[in-house]
Amino acid sequence: MTGSWRPAVCVAARTETPTARSIRLRVDGLGPVVAGQHIDIRLTADDGYQAVRSYSLSATPVGGPLGVPLADDEVEITVEELPEGEVSPYLVQGLEPQDALEVRGPIGGWFVWRDTDPDPVQLIGGGSGVAPLVAMLRARVAGRSPVPMRLLTSVRTPESLYFGDELRRLAEVPGIGVDVAYSREAPAGEVRPAGRLTAGDIAAFVQEPGAGTVFVCGRTSFVAAVTDLLIARGHDPASIRTERFGGA
Amino acid sequence: MAGFTGFASRRNADPALPPGQYLEKGFPVLSTGPDPTITVWELQLATDVGSRSWSWEEFLALPQEDVATDIHCVTSWSKLGTHWRGVSVDTLFEGLATEHRFAMAHCYGGYTTNLPLADLLGGKAWVVHEFEGAPLRSEHGGPARLFVPHLYFWKSAKWLQGLQTMATDRPGFWENYGYHNHGDPWKEERYA
Repeated sequence: MTGSWRPAVCVAARTETPTARSIRLRVDGLGPVVAGQHIDIRLTADDGYQAVRSYSLSATPVGGPLGVPLADDEVEITVEELPEGEVSPYLVQGLEPQDALEVRGPIGGWFVWRDTDPDPVQLIGGGSGVAPLVAMLRARVAGRSPVPMRLLTSVRTPESLYFGDELRRLAEVPGIGVDVAYSREAPAGEVRPAGRLTAGDIAAFVQEPGAGTVFVCGRTSFVAAVTDLLIARGHDPASIRTERFGGA
Repeated sequence: MAGFTGFASRRNADPALPPGQYLEKGFPVLSTGPDPTITVWELQLATDVGSRSWSWEEFLALPQEDVATDIHCVTSWSKLGTHWRGVSVDTLFEGLATEHRFAMAHCYGGYTTNLPLADLLGGKAWVVHEFEGAPLRSEHGGPARLFVPHLYFWKSAKWLQGLQTMATDRPGFWENYGYHNHGDPWKEERYA
């Protein structure tokens, strides 16, 4: 039953950036999980007030960090703290191992990648939108799929890069490509000047039109800009799957 | 149920919010792919007793209604007191006395969602083209979307191309991907 709430407990939390954490959860009765899916999280305050938010999974039971499996009943989410947020500040700053919450899901069958899918995959993520895409990379490593998988991730500054060490190691896996584009401040030695993704970046870092599915995840404005560039380059809209967050 | 460590209640529950929903002041965008490019817009209606279609100009010439109501997304946000303008689905169906009990909404870009006709007729649903006094923006389904505010918002199909009635129900896009077949927010009909 996807729709029922299950008890869950935080088993570990790891800082990803100055404003984001990856949180590992053990979920009672967790069913099958596919990379790209999300879960709903419900928090209950002492006075009974409840708040629910959705978070993409950054790791599945078979595909943990660097492809090392988690326990069968564990998943990870990666949460960015929103300044005006109600739930994210608690998850990033307040939640500790052994703390309880509730989980519904996993949910979703569209923005997902299965290691039986035969086609090359391009992943394009903005900021914390890279989370479900990293879950797909981890699932590919865990499942030993041979399909080419490329990631293009856009972040504002070097310190806001998610999964930095792991991305460097994933880039060494045969068949996996990782490109990072910095929008505001590039690290020393970076050839590409800081700036938003351009048509030239899409041509340089994204698989050819027709090669396979392109997954795009990020804030609404990021997804809209990237999908416009992809379509202008000749990608079939039907080959582009999107996941967006934040307002228009 | 015991409270959780450190998570403090910050907002009072609003009785206008269905269970499990939170108040959203922005307007999040959820779509499965890029916004479709619509070069020539036409709205189609097809039933067992006939079909009709409207050009953009013909659609705007139909009787228009202003709708002020709340909207609820399955991802848990709700917006209260939103204002829309468009054509009642009752107006589109006038004179087409179908025996069918279900309908599939078809959209530019390929999205579909299924609804019982009982949820589309009787003053419950519209095809809207204005939001808060301005033309509906593309990312929110413009130029025109289905608007069924008493159901979760994935039923309010963006970029509506047409409605096709059906003798028997079958699932649309999200209904095939684990979402509830009906989607009543007050019953929390979120997932299958």
